[in-house]
Amino acid sequence: MSENQSSLKKFYFGFFIAAAFLAGGVSYYASSHPDGLEKVAEDKGFLETAKDSAVANSPLADYGVAGLDNERLSVGLSGLIGVAITALVGVLLFNLLKKKS
Amino acid sequence: MHIPDGFIDIPTSASFGLLAVAGTAVALKKARTELDDRTAPMAGLTAVFIFAVQMLNFPVAAGTSGHLLGGALATVLVGPYAASLAVTVVLGVQALLFADGGLSALGLNIFNLSIIAVLVSHLVFVFAKKVMPKNRGSIPIAAAIAALISVPISASAFALQYAVGGTGTAPASTVFAAMFSTHILIGIGEALITMVTVSAIISTRSDLVYGWRQERVTLEVKKV
Repeated sequence: MSENQSSLKKFYFGFFIAAAFLAGGVSYYASSHPDGLEKVAEDKGFLETAKDSAVANSPLADYGVAGLDNERLSVGLSGLIGVAITALVGVLLFNLLKKKS
Repeated sequence: MHIPDGFIDIPTSASFGLLAVAGTAVALKKARTELDDRTAPMAGLTAVFIFAVQMLNFPVAAGTSGHLLGGALATVLVGPYAASLAVTVVLGVQALLFADGGLSALGLNIFNLSIIAVLVSHLVFVFAKKVMPKNRGSIPIAAAIAALISVPISASAFALQYAVGGTGTAPASTVFAAMFSTHILIGIGEALITMVTVSAIISTRSDLVYGWRQERVTLEVKKV
């Protein structure tokens, strides 16, 4: 059982590292073209009906860190922060919900 | 496919907000049956993984990109109710901190991505598993089919919202046709990412894949 537990922890850790690597490193290479919805909005003439989000001035807005000029660092760090916050919220929520053993 | 503020009027956004709250309440109640000491961390990690992969826009056609929605992936990994909550966590973090998807549009986005995409994925996945050979190799393929179908259906849900409360002048039928066809292409990307991820996880820890665990339980019961 304890061996199973440790391999389980290893798996969780690997899964987390994979996500952090994608958000922190690979994200820089993502396509910057508009996504499907944005492209349709542009083609069908309703893109200009979009309004700025109320949090458009967030220091992490549009997956960058405010004040960081290096694009690779900015997007990578914002990704890592997002991964950390999602992990925190996710772990808290799902731990609260799980059946008590 | 995150809807910004402004595309859909406030009354429609608020109505879908109510549907999103109702759907999330059901998921919160039912997810308890899917979550235990082993699966609760998996659900949290699934949210983290979806957040990360949603940053990776891939090109689909001239001047257009797409990214994983994650509904099918999450459904197969942690079950539909926990999956819905995982996607909602991602959408919440994105809307509140990254200004990705509007705040008044959050209900619209939860409806399309956490409820419709997950529901469609679940139904297609269960059906695909039924008609395919009962072995481990079928799971990633069933997951890919669910992913492929969930994306254009989810995009159609936006078209429905646009038909009810779109602020643009383009006819709803035109928007529906464009959303559906573009998102078939994005669905192919979704299917590939989902298949590769599910394959990788099922080959290392098949016991952590909800969609396969369910199958194994049924098979074992039949043997007895």
